[in-house]
Amino acid sequence: MRPLLLKGHERSLTQVKYNREGDLIFTVAKDKEASIWYSFNGERVGTFNGHGGTIWSIDVDQETLLAVTGSADFSAKLWKVETGENVFTFKLNTPVRRVEFSGKNDRLLCVTDEVMGFKGTISIFKLNYNDIYTQDSTPLVSIETRENFKKVSVAAWTYNDKYIIAGHQDGVISKYDATTGEFIDSAHVHEGLVTDLQFSKDRTYFITSSKDKTSHIVDVDTLEVLKTFETDAPLNSAAITPVKEFVVLGGGQEARDVTTSSMAQGKFEARFYHKVFGDEVGRVKGHFGPLNYIAVHPKGTSYASGGEDGYVRVHEFEKSYFDFKYDVEITAEATKNSSLNDDDDQ
Amino acid sequence: MSTELVKPTLDSIDVSDIDFTDLEAEYAVPEDETFSQYLILDGAPIAPESKVPILTKVLTKFLSSAGGKVVDFYLPLSDDKKTQGFAFVQFSSVAEVEKAIRSLNGKKLDVKHTLYLNKLSDIEKYALSGKIPDEFVEPKLAEFQETDYLKSWLMDDAGRDQFYMQKGEMVGVFWNKKNDPAEPAVEPRSNWTQTYMKWSPKGSYLFSVHPQGVQAWGGAEFKGLKRFIHPGVKLLDFSPNEKYLVTLSPVAITLPDEDHPSRASYPFGEKSTGHQLVIWDILSGTPVKTFPLPAHLAHAKEMTWPLIKWSYDDRYFARLGPNALAVYDTEDDCQLLDRKPIKIDDIVDFEFAPAGIQLATARKQDPLTHALAYWTPETSNQTAKVALMEVPSKRVLRTINLFQVSDVKFHWQDKAEYLAVKVDRHTKSRKTFFTNLEFFKLNERDIPVEKIELKDTVINFQWETNGDRFVTLSNADLQNANKSIPKNVITFYAAEQSSASSKNASKKWIGFKSIEGKFLNTIKFSPKGRFVALATIGGSATQGSIEFYDLDFTGEKKESESTLVSSHVKLTSTYTYSGITDMEWDPSGRFLTAWSSVWRHKIENGYKIFDLAGRLLRDELIDEFQAFGWRPRPESLLSANDKKKARKNLREFSARFEEADAMEADAVLRELILARRALLEEWTQYRAKVEQNKELYGIQDEVVKKEDFEIIEELKEEIVEETEEVVEE
Repeated sequence: MRPLLLKGHERSLTQVKYNREGDLIFTVAKDKEASIWYSFNGERVGTFNGHGGTIWSIDVDQETLLAVTGSADFSAKLWKVETGENVFTFKLNTPVRRVEFSGKNDRLLCVTDEVMGFKGTISIFKLNYNDIYTQDSTPLVSIETRENFKKVSVAAWTYNDKYIIAGHQDGVISKYDATTGEFIDSAHVHEGLVTDLQFSKDRTYFITSSKDKTSHIVDVDTLEVLKTFETDAPLNSAAITPVKEFVVLGGGQEARDVTTSSMAQGKFEARFYHKVFGDEVGRVKGHFGPLNYIAVHPKGTSYASGGEDGYVRVHEFEKSYFDFKYDVEITAEATKNSSLNDDDDQ
Repeated sequence: MSTELVKPTLDSIDVSDIDFTDLEAEYAVPEDETFSQYLILDGAPIAPESKVPILTKVLTKFLSSAGGKVVDFYLPLSDDKKTQGFAFVQFSSVAEVEKAIRSLNGKKLDVKHTLYLNKLSDIEKYALSGKIPDEFVEPKLAEFQETDYLKSWLMDDAGRDQFYMQKGEMVGVFWNKKNDPAEPAVEPRSNWTQTYMKWSPKGSYLFSVHPQGVQAWGGAEFKGLKRFIHPGVKLLDFSPNEKYLVTLSPVAITLPDEDHPSRASYPFGEKSTGHQLVIWDILSGTPVKTFPLPAHLAHAKEMTWPLIKWSYDDRYFARLGPNALAVYDTEDDCQLLDRKPIKIDDIVDFEFAPAGIQLATARKQDPLTHALAYWTPETSNQTAKVALMEVPSKRVLRTINLFQVSDVKFHWQDKAEYLAVKVDRHTKSRKTFFTNLEFFKLNERDIPVEKIELKDTVINFQWETNGDRFVTLSNADLQNANKSIPKNVITFYAAEQSSASSKNASKKWIGFKSIEGKFLNTIKFSPKGRFVALATIGGSATQGSIEFYDLDFTGEKKESESTLVSSHVKLTSTYTYSGITDMEWDPSGRFLTAWSSVWRHKIENGYKIFDLAGRLLRDELIDEFQAFGWRPRPESLLSANDKKKARKNLREFSARFEEADAMEADAVLRELILARRALLEEWTQYRAKVEQNKELYGIQDEVVKKEDFEIIEELKEEIVEETEEVVEE
């Protein structure tokens, strides 16, 4: 099927998200508008207008009632998705790099930059759904960057909203208690800036991407690296696909390293790797700049990528994608099924 | 007014307060205490006192023959009134002493007497201070150190080839395993070299480059062999049979202080001070000869390399000088032929024949001829010339005159049967350029020269290895041509099939196939001939690619193809490789490696191995990949007969190898499947553990409620056309 090309942003995309049902795609870019699109046909539903700077991050809650955006204008804004109305603005000290709703939608995390003498901080705000226009603008917890740690670039909630995992500029990932903000553990998994951190569906493990051209799957409890995917280009984003055991990695040679950027030389492709075996299984071309963010449909039927080129591409997975299996997997399934049948017989 | 004029006398001036030290220093007459104008002559005939005047006359004349003026000459007599065979000589200057020593030391006065000259100061320095014992002590020979067998890699059962790879700080030597990961021949080493590595031409040694010099490695374990101390060394090169090594450093050689501990082990003598180019004997690790860098190259931005070129058998080597060519003979103590360079006005470039030449005039038992080709450009009253010179006789075998020449390049066929001279010419206005190819046919009587005139400029030329075919890349030289339009033309040439009637006719080459519209700029012939790979490397608007051609494709020829030649060209494969920076055939001609080095750019760094038809066997992307080098092989020891036999029984031989290949492939596949099984098992176990813990963590699986999803079907009807028709009853 032909991919959908979402043209609407004037500058490079910064984040792309599906809502829980996967019918809407939320995108933010370095221009000052957030856009919402129908994932089915790529039609634009509307925009959120109000930020005064680059929007770095966007998230939408489970009910698709509220959306939150984090911007370089030192604020995070809450929006009513249905109307596009800005219902509340959290004022912060520095640009907001990442925002994310907790799984139960009762809290919100904001990662702020380490500039102008302020320490990089993960601030957690309580959300009031009874009256969405009045929110408490003092954070429940503030997790400041610890001593001997580099600034936080990304952060996300684990299963049960129990912990917060943060990725740092120097490739370290750290774990905090989400209620108390207490530091629990850290691990040095990358050699460069951690650019993205996305969770599996049950939020028990996550995938990281880094400028060091690698991506890791890491267990939440042990912070142990379970899998490593090596590529030949700096990575900006990594996502885990539901249904199939794949991961999708995106990135590309940075503009300053590419003198003669023919598309093949820049490596501006979405790369599919097998999550368990670590082999590259396919690539999808299309963008003519690095891929800045990759999101997979919650039902695993399509994926969307936002590029430095200002486009969002939505690719529907075809039958061959779902049919593809390694011989080993087929054998394993066959044995599992036959043993199940044996059980039935007894 | 009257004044008495008093003439001042010199005495009346008081000079006591004037400081004369500066003048005194300037005009001071140094006391000669060094005796540097003196030398001692040794080995003169012993004669009675009566013969002293005549002997003095003879010897003075001899000593003056170098150009110096003998100021004093003294022949001391012994107690029995005879001369003692030595004399003290005074020259008028130090320079004259040195000149005399340089040109006369060791010369023969007559059959019986050889004269030796030494500086008086040297005698003082070495003989008097007791540094040198009076008794002769035989120098100790260093104990023989056995090296590993240097050709061990040739004894591999499967006849595999080796290569080195350089990545970041690591260098490793590997066995080629075709599509499987290369097998390390030795443990990869970090900081094996400071800059790059280089194989010697027959593959016996691997050289690493360090700030202090270069080091040879070899044997099965790649143990360190000889070290060649040459501080700041940048470039190295070898004689074709790897007997000699040539190194170049931008840093001039300076000797350590005399009493410095490193002086004893320092390889260079006083004569080498200030030199930059060194020729070494690889086996002994000692310098054979050193040269200063030619003046015109001292500040050159890009070094022409190699600066020393060798004859095919390592016997002669030559270097280019302004208006001269210096040819040295290694079997004559690396001296110039006839002790003087060959004067050739304006000589631009030269090239030795890569093999011995069987001249038509030579008899069968005569040794093969060494030869070199050189060219001189046009001057106001002379045409440009390409000449072929025999070495060491310096006899010019053949000359051709050319005019309107902008550049000349020599392309020797590797058996030295033919020399192709690529002559780039220009029109009178110098606006358009075109190429002529001149072929010297060295095995034919009088060395006839065949000429191919082209309208295009040839940008690349390559002979088929061990063959008489060649491939050119050319383009019509258009000014301001659009760079994004491919305009290079590949042309394949072969010798015309000689019909029975014209058996004695001279060889003629025909361009039997041309393919237009290419970006290709590089030609690499397989070392076994027949297959050729052409590639587009570099260039900003173009995309890197490789094309593989077979020159003897066994298929029906199309009607349009030339029947004058037996060759039949077929493009077997094309591969797009945007990152390519280099490519090289393996010495057996079975594989071609193309790689992308981080030294050139950061795109797709890594290497790819193809088979000879261009099928991709292995593709590895490696960060920081720097260099790749196949280990060269010496010539095969098989006789032509043996090879013929092998070719005849190819089926039997290949069956054995195919079996081994299949077994290996099976083993690899098995391993892969096992590895995958293990990985899947590991993952399943991990997930099972997490599932168990889920309850513990209080994770509830998401319940998908039906009412969450609502499928809205929109029906859209569109009337395409409406027509009304009256239906008749």
